[in-house]
Amino acid sequence: MQTSPLVVRGLSVAYQKKPVLQQVSFEAPEGKLIGIVGPNGAGKSTLIKAALGLIPRLSGEVLIYGRPYAEQRKLVGYVPQRESVDWDFPTSALDVVTMGRYGRLGWFRRPGAAEREIALACLAKVGMRELAGRQISQLSGGQQQRVFLARALAQDAKLYFMDEPFVGVDAATEKAIVALLSELKEQGKTVIVVHHDLSTVREYFDWVLLLNERVVDFGPAETTFTADKLQTTYGGRLTMLDRELGSPVIANGR
Amino acid sequence: MSGWLGLFGDPNVRWILFGCMLLGLGSGVVGSFAYLRKQSLMGDALSHAALPGVCIAFMLTGVKSLFVLLAGAAAAGLVATFGIGYITRHSRIKQDAALAIVLTVFFGVGIVLLTQIQHSGSGNQSGLDKFLFGQAASMVGTDVAVLAVISCVLVAACALLFKEFKLISFDPGFARGMGFPVAVLDHLLMLLFVIAVVVGIQAVGVVLMAALLITPAVSARYWTERLGVMVALAGTFGALSGLVGTAISASGNNLPTGPLCVLTATAVFAASVLFAPGRGVLPKALRRFSARRRLARSLAEPAEPALRKEHVQ
Repeated sequence: MQTSPLVVRGLSVAYQKKPVLQQVSFEAPEGKLIGIVGPNGAGKSTLIKAALGLIPRLSGEVLIYGRPYAEQRKLVGYVPQRESVDWDFPTSALDVVTMGRYGRLGWFRRPGAAEREIALACLAKVGMRELAGRQISQLSGGQQQRVFLARALAQDAKLYFMDEPFVGVDAATEKAIVALLSELKEQGKTVIVVHHDLSTVREYFDWVLLLNERVVDFGPAETTFTADKLQTTYGGRLTMLDRELGSPVIANGR
Repeated sequence: MSGWLGLFGDPNVRWILFGCMLLGLGSGVVGSFAYLRKQSLMGDALSHAALPGVCIAFMLTGVKSLFVLLAGAAAAGLVATFGIGYITRHSRIKQDAALAIVLTVFFGVGIVLLTQIQHSGSGNQSGLDKFLFGQAASMVGTDVAVLAVISCVLVAACALLFKEFKLISFDPGFARGMGFPVAVLDHLLMLLFVIAVVVGIQAVGVVLMAALLITPAVSARYWTERLGVMVALAGTFGALSGLVGTAISASGNNLPTGPLCVLTATAVFAASVLFAPGRGVLPKALRRFSARRRLARSLAEPAEPALRKEHVQ
């Protein structure tokens, strides 16, 4: 029997009393690149954090390959938003990537030569091998993002969550991330990405989750990422350009 | 010179030197994590919060045993930690404001209780005010033994859980995602912090203890970009401050030990800010200066070398 890498059922989350996610349900297909798209405050990052158990949920359940997340942690890799940490921390790129192995090391054990090799290989995959020894504050924003990606690769997971990996990165990094996504897909891995740039959604993702507190639609990009459904998602605040090309651009998103 | 060497001959002074050195070592190591987790002021809040704990412990038991007083200090420190955590989580007040509230309330209560005790005239009360500024000179062999054990526990805990503490200091969200019990580790680190503060109060006092926790860590940060090196350096700087401060104080000019340790730590900090390669002010200025000269030179003589060559030929 085929079990889906991620099943979310009736997930609701609230900050204080304000609901952020209401009754979110969907079932992610395996081996796809899935983009989560929606306006600011739609709960995109919240969805990822609630699925990972980083924030408490009001109701609902999340199953990773058919079982609760607490039992399946080793199957899940996570790329947080770049701004979520202090990059002036006294550590090197290699050291940060090695952190991806900590979950498998267990208590008290220090990372050794094997972990170092894995971390170096993961850095090489994002084109950062030569910068392994660099202190992390001396990396550009794009390079920092690639360090986070390499760390997630070091987790050697089957399901990846990425929170806005394309924000504020240079063209080289954007290309590196796209190449990495397709490589992960070829390996049969499932990647769920919070994405904000509507013009690249069709190009980067197979499936799309349109989200605005509730699931507006979830399905293959060709049938889901359409002008009508986007208008519904964004509450009619989108001005479409290039309607024929099918690549909508926000002219006045607010 | 003979006076300095003579210091080490006096067994009493030797104990105090040893004690302050160990205290500096332990608090430097634990302080590194506090500094990196942006909880520098937590040490200040905890040490000030310890004062009412000391007073209440004395009022309840009526004895001035060090163990009882430190237990009171530790209890008050833990209450303060939870208080700060509670305020931050359950109101819109941010951590800095919560720290300020808890620190001042506890310290105020502590001063009131201290005055109360001093006026109560129970012949036993003198010496509690030593907790304000500490009194390293009163340390005896058993105190130092306690300090030694506690410092070893602090350093060993940080060495054993180095990987875990590094992870929760850098990226707690990621740590939680991987299944590390971040809340437990958080509280454990805070407990180590409270222990360091409590043992330090006796030597340095509630007012100055925060300096011994944070100053060595900040100084160490200037010298390295690696966490392991930074923690080791902070411990060394702390130990050095304890040693030198005590030595100056014991060399006969009757100055208080705790404040001298803090001043020594500050001197190390000033030296770090000025001279540390990489981050220090002077090396930075030198690099900028030489870069500017190189730039000026390369701008001034692009054509000249070629010309000169032709002349030679």
